[in-house]
Parts: sequence; C-alpha cells; structure tokens
Amino acid sequence: MAVNTYKQNEQLRTAKKSVTLFRMFSRLLDYKKEVFGVLLWLLVTVSVTLINPLIIERAVNVEVPDRNVRGLINLALIAAVINVIWFLGTRVYKITMARISNRIVMDIREEMYAHIQTLGLCFFDSRATGKILSRIIGDVDSLKDVLSSSVTTLIPSFFTIIAVSVIMLVKSPALSLAAFATLPFLAVGVFVTMIVGHRRWQEEKQKKSNINAYVHENFSGIRIIQSFTAEEESEETFKNVVEEHRRAWIRAVVVMDGVSPVIDVTWAVGSFLLYYIAVSAMGMGETQVGTILAFSTYLSMFWSPIRNLASLYNQIVNNLAGAERIFEIMDQEPEIRDREGAYELPPIEGRVVFDHVDFAYPDDLKTPVLTDVSFDIAPGSAIALVGPTGAGKTTITNLIARFYDVTGG
Amino acid sequence: MKQLLRYMMKYWYLYLLAGASLILGVVMDVASPLITERIVDDVIIGGQRELLVSLLVVLLVLGIGKGIFKYLEEFTGDVIGISVGRDIRRDLFNHIEKMSVGFFDQFGVGELMSRIGRDVDRVWDAAGYLGLLCAEAIVHTIFVMVCMLRISPLLTLIPLCIMPVVAYIAIRLEKKLDQGYDELSEVTAKLNTVAEENLAGVRTVKAFSREEYEMEKFRHHNGKYYNRNMTIDKAMADHDPAISFLTKLLLVLSVTAGGILVVREKITLGQPSAFMGYANNIVWPMEILGWVTNSLAAGLASMKKINKIMAESSQLPVASKPVKPEKIEGNVSFSHVDFEVQGRKILSDISFDLPASKTLGVMGMTGSGKTTLVQLLQRLYDVTGGAIFIDGMDIREMDIHALRGCQALISQDVFLFSDTVQDNIAVGRRKDMKRLEIVPAGQAADADEFIQRLPQKYETVIGERGVGLSGGQKQRISMARAFVRKAPILILDDATSALDMETERQVQRNLRQMEGMTKIIIAHRISSVRNADEIIVLQDGRIAERGTHESLLALKGQYYETWMAQYGEESA
Repeated sequence: MAVNTYKQNEQLRTAKKSVTLFRMFSRLLDYKKEVFGVLLWLLVTVSVTLINPLIIERAVNVEVPDRNVRGLINLALIAAVINVIWFLGTRVYKITMARISNRIVMDIREEMYAHIQTLGLCFFDSRATGKILSRIIGDVDSLKDVLSSSVTTLIPSFFTIIAVSVIMLVKSPALSLAAFATLPFLAVGVFVTMIVGHRRWQEEKQKKSNINAYVHENFSGIRIIQSFTAEEESEETFKNVVEEHRRAWIRAVVVMDGVSPVIDVTWAVGSFLLYYIAVSAMGMGETQVGTILAFSTYLSMFWSPIRNLASLYNQIVNNLAGAERIFEIMDQEPEIRDREGAYELPPIEGRVVFDHVDFAYPDDLKTPVLTDVSFDIAPGSAIALVGPTGAGKTTITNLIARFYDVTGG
Repeated sequence: MKQLLRYMMKYWYLYLLAGASLILGVVMDVASPLITERIVDDVIIGGQRELLVSLLVVLLVLGIGKGIFKYLEEFTGDVIGISVGRDIRRDLFNHIEKMSVGFFDQFGVGELMSRIGRDVDRVWDAAGYLGLLCAEAIVHTIFVMVCMLRISPLLTLIPLCIMPVVAYIAIRLEKKLDQGYDELSEVTAKLNTVAEENLAGVRTVKAFSREEYEMEKFRHHNGKYYNRNMTIDKAMADHDPAISFLTKLLLVLSVTAGGILVVREKITLGQPSAFMGYANNIVWPMEILGWVTNSLAAGLASMKKINKIMAESSQLPVASKPVKPEKIEGNVSFSHVDFEVQGRKILSDISFDLPASKTLGVMGMTGSGKTTLVQLLQRLYDVTGGAIFIDGMDIREMDIHALRGCQALISQDVFLFSDTVQDNIAVGRRKDMKRLEIVPAGQAADADEFIQRLPQKYETVIGERGVGLSGGQKQRISMARAFVRKAPILILDDATSALDMETERQVQRNLRQMEGMTKIIIAHRISSVRNADEIIVLQDGRIAERGTHESLLALKGQYYETWMAQYGEESA
C-alpha cells in the first residue's frame, strides 16, 4: 500500500493561489462591523502621515526664509496634535484587529479538528500523524499574522501609494518623474523574487513537516528503538532529515533576502533622479528646498508601503502553503457520511446481515479482500469468525463499525 | 543563554562576515545624508552646479553598495540561524533518544515535538537574523548620533531626549512578552498533546463515538490558546504605537527646531536637511526595538524550555564502569525482584533461574505483571528491590546496549515504522544487515510468503504503525525482526495472539528448531508454554504456581483450571 511517510513530500494540489487567498480572507467578512471600524481608523491614521511632509515643506519653504519663529512653533504644535490622534487611532485598530484575527484562527482550528474527526480511516491511514498535527497547530497559527497584517498593511499601503502619487503629481509632475521612472523596475524585481521564493518556501514547509513526522513516529516507538538499540541509527536518519530541511531553507532565503536590496537600489536611483531634476532641469533655488525635502519624504513614504506590501506578500507566500494544506484537509470529503434521510437507529436488537458484500481497501481497490460475503446473524447469537491470517476477519468487524464502506453489496 | 552562545560560537567566521557587511552597509547608509547636505548647501544655495553630477554619482554608488552589503549581511544571518537551529535540533533529538522510558512517560510526545519544532525555530530566529538586526541597530545608532552631533549638539538634544523614553517602552514591552510567550509555550504543548492523543487513538475514538467529547476537550484548550495570544497582542498594541508616535514627533520637531536654528544662523540650511535624513534613519532601530525584543523574548523563553529538557538525565543510573561481556551465554535469573511504581506494587518477590538454552513459560491474567517482567529484564525500568542477573552479572552493571543487544523481544502491541519491510526487520542494524540474513528470518516467522506477494516485496513501504497489513501480518514481521538478531535470549510476550492456530503451530515448530537460545514465553494459551522447561504462573505480581506442565496439572490449581477452560474435553 502506498502511504505517506516522513520520507515523501506530500503532493500538494496546486490549487489556484487566488482561490486559497480568497477563502482565507473571506473569513473576515464575518466581522464586517469591526473591520469597517478598523478601516476607518486606518484612513485617519494614514491621512496624518500624509500631512506631516506638508508641515515640513511649509516650515522650510515659508517660515524659515520669513524668519518666522512663531510660525515654526505653531507648526510644531499642530504636528504634535495630529500625531497624538494618530497614536490613539492606531492603538484602537490594532487591538480590534488582534481580536478578530485570533478569533478567526481559533475558529478555523476548531473546525479543522472537528472536520478531521469526521473523516474516514482512510485519511488517517495515508498520513503520518505528525503531519496532521503540523497542520492543526502550525499552519493555522501562521494564518493569524497574515490575516491581521493584511488588513492593517494592505489597505493603508494601497491608500498611501495612491494618495502620495496624486499629491506628487499635483505639486510637481516633473519631480514625480523621479518616482515613477523607478517604479516599474521595483515592481518587476520584487515580483520575480516573490514567485521563485514562493515555490521554495513550499519546499521548505514540506521538509519541515517531514521533521515533525519523523520525530513523532520515533518518539512514539521509543520502546522498540531502545529495545533494538536503534538509537544511533535514528540519530543518523534524523541528521539527514534536518540537513535536507536546512538545504531547502537556504535555497528559499537566497532569493527572498534579495527583496530589500532591490528596493534599496531603486531608492538610490530615485533620489539621484529627484535631485538631478530639481536642480539641473528645474533650477530650483533656496525657497524650494522645502519642496525637495517634502518630495524626498514622499519618496520614502512611497517605497515604505511597497516594502510593506512586499513583506506582506512574503508573509502570505510563507503561509500560503500552510493555508493550502489547511483547506486541502477541510475539502476532504468524509468517506463515511450519513446518507440523506439517515435516521437514528432504534434500540438495537442485534441482527446483523451481510448481503453479497464485496470489499477492497480504498487505496488498493485492485486487491479484493472480501468477495460475495453473505450471512444473517440472529440477535443474541454468538458467531465465531475463523480463518487464516489475512483472510478478512478484522475487515468484517471494521465494516460493521463502518470504519470503511463496502464496495459492493 | 550560555548554551545558546556555545552553539553560536561555532560559526564565528560567518558572524565576522556578517559583521563586516553590516558595518560597511551602515557606513554607506549614514554617508548619504552628508551628500545631500552638500548638495543643498554647496550646489543649490552656493550655486556650484558643476559639483552636482559627481555628488549624485557618489550618492548612487552609496545606495547600491548599501544594497549589496545588506544582502550579504541578511543572507549570512539566515545561514547562521538555520545552522544553529540544525545543531540544536540534532543535539536535542540525540539527547532525548537516550532518555529512559520513564522520561517519555513524563513528557508526552506532543510536548517533545513542540520543543524540537517550534521552540528550536524561535531560538534560531534569535541567533540568526534577529541578533544581527540588533547589532545593526546599535552600530547604526552610534554612527548616526555622531553625525548628528557634528551638525548641532543642540539639535541632537531632541533625539537624545526621546530615545530613552522609547527604550523604556520597549523594555517594558519585552518584560510583558517574556511572560506572555512562556505561558503561550505551555498552552501550545498542551494543545499539541491533546490533538496528538486524539489522532493516535482515532480508531478508539471512532469506535466508541467519542468525537463530541474529544471536541469539548479540544475547545477548552483552544480557548486557552486564544487568551494567551490576546494577552500578547494587547501588550504589543499598547506599546508599539507609542514608539512610532514618538519617532514621528522627532522628525517634525527636528525640522521646526532646526528651522529656528537656521533663522538664528546657528547652522546652514543644508544641515537640517541632512539632520532630517538622519532623524529618518534613526527611526527604524527604535521602531523595530518593539518586535525584535518580542522575538528575542520568545527565543529566550524557548531556549529555557529546551535547556530544561537537556538538563534531564536518564532515570536509569549508569554504572561507573559498564561491562561489555565478550560473549553472553544466556543464563537469566531473577532474585527476589520487586517492582513498585507510584506506591503500587506491580511485582513482588519474583525469583527464578533460567539456564542458557532453556525455556521459561510465564502465564497469568491480564495485569498480573507479565510484561513488566520483560521491561525489567530489558532495563526499560530499574527494579525497586532485588536484582536481575544475566550470566551471573547484575544487569545494572552491564553496558545498556550490550544488555539489550543480547535480547530480542517480540511484544504484544506491535509497533512498526513507516519504512520498508526490510528496514523494519533490520531496525537498529540497517547498515550492516544483508538480505540473506533477513529472508531466513522472514521464513522462520512464516512471513516470507506474504511479503513476497507485496508490490515491492521486502522494499514495500508500510505506513505508520504498520497500517495496511493485517494484525497477523504485522505480528509476523515483528517476529522476523526479533529472529534476525540471533540473540542468545529470545522473549515472546503474547507474540502469537493474533495468529491463527495453524500459523502459530508453524511458528512454534520453527522456534523449537532454534537451538541454543534461551527463551522466555509469555502467553495466555497453554499451547504456547506447555513445552517449556519451567512455567511460572503470576497472580497479582506474585508467583502463584510453578513447575513443568505435568507437575502443574497435577497441582490442580490455577494452571489446571486454565487448561480445563482451554481444552475442555481434550483433557489429559
């Protein structure tokens, strides 16, 4: 029988990523009101961050040349006030988001666990227990950060990018060129890194799950291992399993670590262009230094959401494999289910009838275990099942308990 | 902490590389605002347009250099992290592997898995990229401070006032998180254990329709897990925004205060611009202070848990000079052996002498202590009174591998691994055992026949706990596993219970042909023990009757009753 051992990597159905993502996030819809509140506060807080550079611009462009110390102090006070609002709002939405995401994750964990209870024995037969455990705790946990960061990062990041772009274009299309010229390179660089990275993270997750499966089996069977003095052998095997994982990790990290440098380099080019355009092409003078500084600030505000989106994407990528594994289990049909109109058994007297029963185990349907078995046992009688090993005796009791369904009869 | 450092020191050369990259990266990062300062002062205000291009090129080079060195640093950090993780993981596993069975009774498999899995993960995060991030933050801050002071000590007062406040908040956060993660770790282990038990016993749960009960158990622990997580998240939500607020404030104040200084003609216009660049740059170390301390706290909490396990030693005391006998004949004797656990007497005053090549039969009802006898002989536990001797030597004086190596056990509860049939039979000696040893063992166990009919024969993989084979098939593989050792002492603990009478008879025939082996046969069926040289009947941990088959029948006691029950009219 082909089974899932710690040596194999589970075949992941490469479900469409977008579908998995959608399923993950649709959970948030259950908390519409709270999420809406969070979004509102996000709007407020992001707006504050957009105003800060304008204050700086005004300070440098207007108040300094005017030698208006009073004006500068006023600006400082305004800044203080709006940033306090920012602080309060941020605190509120973070706590709300934490509550929501923890709840969702707790519910998913419970649903998964409950669902696994309903699955047929065939499911358990084909997976090492460690791998199942890995899913329940590990993968569901990693969903939590994704859920919470996605709301608190995704929306404000997009909003910021759009708002900043608009502000820059309105203030000075020429200077905005600096940002928009480098944007495509940034997007491509980040995108490519991510795709390759995602694949490699999947590998790493599988190797990780192999470690869990091996450890679980080894510790469960420790009496045998000690009885047969197989400790050294186990250590050797474990060494290889861990080594494989390490290799997979490094392969993933080699690519993923490249994201920051890509952003750093495009930022350098952007600054280069900004100053060049401002000074050389536009001939900006003393009274416009403030604008340059503001644009410099906006430039950095521009890249930071992209960096956040990249790392959120990272997080999602990291955990998408986990989410896929979760949904794969949730999608497993319980092989044994109550047929429509199934009714509760009345008090059982104990008559058991087998009517031309055929049976083969679900993962080896070509090998029939029972063929045309029929008998009628009256209530209260004691029946003996005898036969050579492997004849199918235990199979009959498994069928009566409906651990599996008959394939015929 | 000390242990962690030991692991980290192994990679000192990588740390060096990471450190060098770190410093170079920071230098380049910090140099950029100096360039913008010159651009504003000399080019824009000073009008020296010809300098523009060369300054901009330097800016570009600094930016690209920073990118390269940062990559080097991050990547090296990750490599260190996973390498440390691998080392700890292996050591932890090897350590646990050597623990006595009592240790596994104490910690569940679920908890141990938590330690080897998530806890090691957290530790390597701390040792790898986090540690470097910390170092980078420190180096960065120092450099930036110096540059700021160069511009204006007065202006630098602002960050100098704000930073301690930020540091205070960050430290407070860490304390709360330390405790929070500790508790989370505990609850995770419990949740693991609950889930693990349920999954391992899935057939029992299903057979008795206890799914709802199991759900309640799970829900309870799941709820606890939620609470622990909320505690941690609340702490973060309270502290992180405070830090960000202060850094934003810093930025705006730098500009307005800087502006005032420019008005007072203390500094040039270029300098607040540069200062702003620095203030921007001094921001991130303080911001990450929050979650970095988070993760470091988690890493330390996990390391503590790992250390706790590493500090455990085997409950079986090791003799000061364990003896490895050259050859073991196989004389076994129990001398007034008692075994007590948690106040309960499992075995009392068990004595017998079993010379080499002879057979001992052990009978008794379920729970009378038969399997415990075997566990003591294998030294999975130590006797609490009396002693056990092999070839005249107290087994506690023997090297434990030699002791177990001279015995081959076929136990009642068959455990097979997710491996090939061959690997299961050869467990413990996979490297040196050859196929020509394995097949005869398979034949002796009457297993070769069905194995040859499997899809890959001996190379067929069987699932965890040997799923996919019938009870009898599993038992026969377990017998082959024992036979292949050719050990001087063979123990069969209810080994033929799942076999039909014909197969059992065949196996017994094969057993009788194995000469020169001391055999201990534990059984319920008299047919299994009737040919033994001595039979002992256990009751409540004591020897109730002993003798040969004939002498026991003559006693007309418990043995006789069992005989009558099993053979009825067939009585002698």
